Amino acid sequence: MAIPISYNIRNLKLRKGLTVMTALGIALTVTTALFIMALLAGLQKAFKTTGNPLNVMVVRKGSTSELTGPFPADNFGTLKTLPGIAKNAAGEPLVSGETVVVIVLPRADGSGEVNVSVRGMMQNGLALRGGVKLAQGRWFTPGQREVVVSESIHKRFSHANVGDTMEFGKGSWQVVGIFDAGGTAYESEVWGDVNQMNSDFDRQGVYSSAYLRATDPVAAAALKNRVGDDQRLKLDGSLETEYYAKQTSSGSVIKFIGLLVAAIMAIGSSFAAMNTMYAAVAYRSREIATLRVIGFSRPSILTSFVFEAVLLSLLGAAVGIVLMLPFNGMTTGTSNQVTFSEVVFSLQVWSPWVIGSAVLFAIVMGLAGGIFPAWHASRREILAALRD
Amino acid sequence: MTLTSFVRKNAFRNLRRSILTVLSIGFSLLLLTLMMAIWRNFYMEKGSEESALRLVTRHKVSLVFSMPSYYREKIRAIPGVAVVVPGNWFGGVYKDDKSGNFFAQFGTDPDEFFKVYKEWKIPDDQITAWQRDRAGAVVDSELAKKYGWKIGQRIIITGTIFPTNLELNIRGLFTAPQPTQAVYFNQKYVEEAVPFMKGQQGFYTILASSAADVPKVNRAVDDTFRNSPQPTKTETEKAFQLGFLAMLGNVKAFILSICGAVVFAILLVSANTMAMSIRERTREVAVLKTLGFTRGTVLGLFVGEAVVLALIGGIGGSVVAYLIGMGAAKAGGFAGALHVKVATMAVAWAAAAFMGFFSALVPSYTASRLGIVDGLRHIG
Repeated sequence: MAIPISYNIRNLKLRKGLTVMTALGIALTVTTALFIMALLAGLQKAFKTTGNPLNVMVVRKGSTSELTGPFPADNFGTLKTLPGIAKNAAGEPLVSGETVVVIVLPRADGSGEVNVSVRGMMQNGLALRGGVKLAQGRWFTPGQREVVVSESIHKRFSHANVGDTMEFGKGSWQVVGIFDAGGTAYESEVWGDVNQMNSDFDRQGVYSSAYLRATDPVAAAALKNRVGDDQRLKLDGSLETEYYAKQTSSGSVIKFIGLLVAAIMAIGSSFAAMNTMYAAVAYRSREIATLRVIGFSRPSILTSFVFEAVLLSLLGAAVGIVLMLPFNGMTTGTSNQVTFSEVVFSLQVWSPWVIGSAVLFAIVMGLAGGIFPAWHASRREILAALRD
Repeated sequence: MTLTSFVRKNAFRNLRRSILTVLSIGFSLLLLTLMMAIWRNFYMEKGSEESALRLVTRHKVSLVFSMPSYYREKIRAIPGVAVVVPGNWFGGVYKDDKSGNFFAQFGTDPDEFFKVYKEWKIPDDQITAWQRDRAGAVVDSELAKKYGWKIGQRIIITGTIFPTNLELNIRGLFTAPQPTQAVYFNQKYVEEAVPFMKGQQGFYTILASSAADVPKVNRAVDDTFRNSPQPTKTETEKAFQLGFLAMLGNVKAFILSICGAVVFAILLVSANTMAMSIRERTREVAVLKTLGFTRGTVLGLFVGEAVVLALIGGIGGSVVAYLIGMGAAKAGGFAGALHVKVATMAVAWAAAAFMGFFSALVPSYTASRLGIVDGLRHIG
């Protein structure tokens, strides 16, 4: 027969100080783990949701990113004529030759300089990225030294308001609009006209990448292969979605350090929980013996104490989650290891995956801390314990 | 029985609890020591004497842009510059595109390279061999150990940024004070294979003649190229490296918040333990007082016990951190930042002792204030 849960709850309440302090210790560990997981989830969201599955991104063969793969502009002419490319409203192929460079901008809070991606695109580039909406001002005009910046760049950097001028390349650029990229990787970019950018960065006659819109998913796959197979081009195609999903690896340093820190803290907290549970068992030595006399079996005492430890850690998890919730949606940046520039993303605390793993993490800590004391409790000799 | 042995005996009276407390504090202190070591290595160390003399010049806009090769002669002409060598990031892939197989490859000038990196150890005949072989390369001895490379072996690195592959002959193995995990080859090799790299360099490493020349050279280089199409940004080697770290995000805030969480966790664990042991010993406290021990002594006894436990955990944790740091320093790169100095360990011990002290204050004070009669009546 199982010991009622209310017995455990009452016991936790009885030693309030002990319970609160142990739970707080666990909460701190859960908070640290949550923070790391929220970072990773935010980063993942930024990359996984970027791109249209119908867009094929083209770079030079062997190149792993837009930044490292300039190819001659002549090839772009050939690309445009490939079969399976959708047409825009004017009946022209929906393709964009683009230039991506990295520039250094000063942070608004004065905490140093950051690498930011600047993308020069053709007019079609905006149509290719239908998910990106204009939040303020207007889009850049082709042939003008105008740029639009993402909302997070607008927030994080100085001189990034509509009407401001930014200094990069060979002179100043007018900021004419702010766009909302909905938390995707484009949230970290500055956009302008490709020809203007190319002349500023001495890149005449080359493009960093090209984007082609396929008519349907089958055509997209065919187009991707066709680009790679065409021996005249020496180019490689990939789906835009695939290209960005691969960049999730940028979080590997955070992941490694974060998991290490969380693991060490978890071991420390497990020992602390074990201490508390051993004390709980010791205090209740006679109580346990009495339970046995009444007829509760050893397994039910074992389960009861393990359950109490898990309850304690869940309490800690709840406190930890509450502590971290205010940070949900906070934007931060890290370096994108593929483009060498900063990728901006927001912390995702309130996601089922993050909360779920935090709770699981706490349960593991509770189990690790509770199992030995519970085993100890269930093994005690009734007579010896009653005499204590 | 002296007071110290009384404290010691009490600290280990409940052996299991003491061990668990020490382990818990130890793991937290391990983390704290590592974090402090990272902080120290990144933000407080000035680097070796030779490193402090080195400056790095790059294109002002970003590292991605290159500068003309003739900049080298212009920089060399600046007073206070002893040696200057070009450097070019190749960014190729060895074997496969996995992060485990990632290491840096730089094109440079073999004739003067080791004049800038004077403290790196390499036999002279290996330098000569490198200079004579256009496809030659020198590699970090730790990296060579990892892949089992021998002198004379040929390695192939596939280009990603540049449309060419490197087929390099290993001509020398160097040992740097902090492992670099890098391969250096002759820049001419890439220049010949990739036409658009002709006359282009990614960055210049400058060795200043003396420490006093460093700030002067720093300004003079940037002033020289200020109004050219490719303006430059020059910074010390240390600042250049910190720039990469800053790209990861707000590392300082990250370290500080972890340290804060750890310190708070230790306080909780230690206070918890002391509260438990003091509660069990309420009657003993009353007996001690009956025997004539003052409140101050009783307070001291308990606080001393907490400090002993925290110190043991602190020493254990920091020693393990030291060992981890030694292992990580071998791996090189940013892992070298885990190297723990004895001074850092001492700070960790002091921190442990302080936390033990503060965590015990409240429960010990309550115990010392307890009335004798109440204490004697107490049923544990």
